[in-house]
Amino acid sequence: MAFFKLLRQSPLSARIGIAMVLINVIAAVFTPLIAPYGETEIVGDVWMPSSSENYLGTDHLGRDLFTRLVYGARNTIVIAFVTTMLSFFIGSLLGFFAATLGGWTELSLSRVIDILMAFPTLIFALIALSVVGTSVTALIVVIAVLDSTRVYRLSRAVAMDIAVMEFVEAARLRGERIWWIMRKEILPNAMPPLVAEFGLRFCFVFLFIAALSFLGLGIQPPTADWGGMVRENAGAITFGILTPLWPAGAIAFLTVGVNLIVDWFLQLASGLKD
Amino acid sequence: MKDIITMVAKRLGLGFLTIIVISVLIFLGVEALPGDVATAILGQEATPETLAAFRKELKLDLAPHVRYFAWLGDFMKGELGKSLANKRPIADLIGWRFANTIFLASTAAVISVPIAILLGLLAALYRGSWFDNAISTSTLSAISFPEFFIAYILIALLSVKLIIFPSISNINDQMSFWQKIHAIILPSLTLTFIVTAHMMRQTRAAIINVLASSYIEMAHLKGLKRMRVIVVHAFPNALSPVINVVALNLAYLVVGVVIVEVVFVYPGLGQLLVDSVSKRDIPVVQASGLIFAAVYVSLNLLADILSILSNPRLLHPRSK
Repeated sequence: MAFFKLLRQSPLSARIGIAMVLINVIAAVFTPLIAPYGETEIVGDVWMPSSSENYLGTDHLGRDLFTRLVYGARNTIVIAFVTTMLSFFIGSLLGFFAATLGGWTELSLSRVIDILMAFPTLIFALIALSVVGTSVTALIVVIAVLDSTRVYRLSRAVAMDIAVMEFVEAARLRGERIWWIMRKEILPNAMPPLVAEFGLRFCFVFLFIAALSFLGLGIQPPTADWGGMVRENAGAITFGILTPLWPAGAIAFLTVGVNLIVDWFLQLASGLKD
Repeated sequence: MKDIITMVAKRLGLGFLTIIVISVLIFLGVEALPGDVATAILGQEATPETLAAFRKELKLDLAPHVRYFAWLGDFMKGELGKSLANKRPIADLIGWRFANTIFLASTAAVISVPIAILLGLLAALYRGSWFDNAISTSTLSAISFPEFFIAYILIALLSVKLIIFPSISNINDQMSFWQKIHAIILPSLTLTFIVTAHMMRQTRAAIINVLASSYIEMAHLKGLKRMRVIVVHAFPNALSPVINVVALNLAYLVVGVVIVEVVFVYPGLGQLLVDSVSKRDIPVVQASGLIFAAVYVSLNLLADILSILSNPRLLHPRSK
């Protein structure tokens, strides 16, 4: 119920954000019910204008664009979500480890991560993908590992503050093991900042995957995904057909929504400091 | 003065070390990653003989550290080896493309830096006004937009609807400077939108941070004129964070150029990198990747050094 109370106090911008994200979640969950056609079903001519049969017209192969958009929501959001989860798992695990153990472990881990972070992410991902090839698994692992460096930084900093508290000290003196301390003492207290960060990282990962798909190196056709759909239909724009703007706009729509919510969260966390 | 020189030398050394480590990663990472490079490029059907010949061509038969130093030595001399895809020397492929990329990135920087600083400053000075709110909302959305969304909107408006600028930015040596500028106006505008949004947000935050400090309040309470407070008291202290923001965003710009180049089919290094990744032309990927990384690290380093120079307090970290 605390959640609903919080929701009632939320500013308008956050509510708009929640609505924008909900639309996407509904599209991702009930995909087959919403989409009028199959994911790769060819229903008409190439780049037809919108009509009562094809709400948003058709794409470069004559597939229904609205259907592809709805399926794209599922594919793109699920992959970005899984990647962010993996990135958080790796990053916060290492970050908590570094903070609880301290000393040599912390120092060497931090140096390695500093060097990885000095490397532009997109370039790193491109080099890695040129070797391991473009599969969804490769995409998820490469991006999750790269992104976990940012999560590590935050979770280490947060956990460092918690690790010096009396209750952690008490647990240490009781002889609790490092795992137990990380799970039962540090994790619950580190949750609030990590949740806000999750939104930011999700946006970043989501845009990143969209960019890679747009470059033809991410999710491969015929799977519908928004970045790839922009790429496939890019040629239409020079004829004045606005097809590629729909999937590109869908990407923007979701990230704006998430950012609006994150902004509200950050404001709550920082106690309304500007 | 001695302190500053030691500090700068330290930072330079650290930056150099980072680039060396990155070059090792780029070079050896190719092997550490799962999958045999030769099989990956030639495909599963390749005969053992062709695989062996191909490994020899890539010098995969030598020990890793021998190859690394040979590669790095050649790289320093400007001999980047040959492309696997078309057998041309990589130096010929990269040279003029790199110049093009720098040309595009600097054009975008020249447009975006003054706009971003001015708007960020105004937003900070008139905090909470409708102007500030409008800026905050528009930067938030610009940050959330993928680069290609902005790029295609600009194409649809300025290239298709009003036929002012070309949607494909092809430039060559025969063109005059202004013809080149005309050709790259849309990609630079796209980059400007994205970078300005980031820079403006950070500039605003940096200046607000300075304006909130107690010596500014003191200056106001002393009864100084608003203009004098801003120019004499706030400006010197805001300089360091703002310079930092600018240099960091230039680093971001150099990498962000990759996607914009692909949208506008601009003959730059980013386009080459993306093409080579899809063709799995590993030597070209390594060379262009290292160049991008080196520029990025250098700009970050520059940000570091400039902010130390403009704020001597950073020479003596408080934690010690």
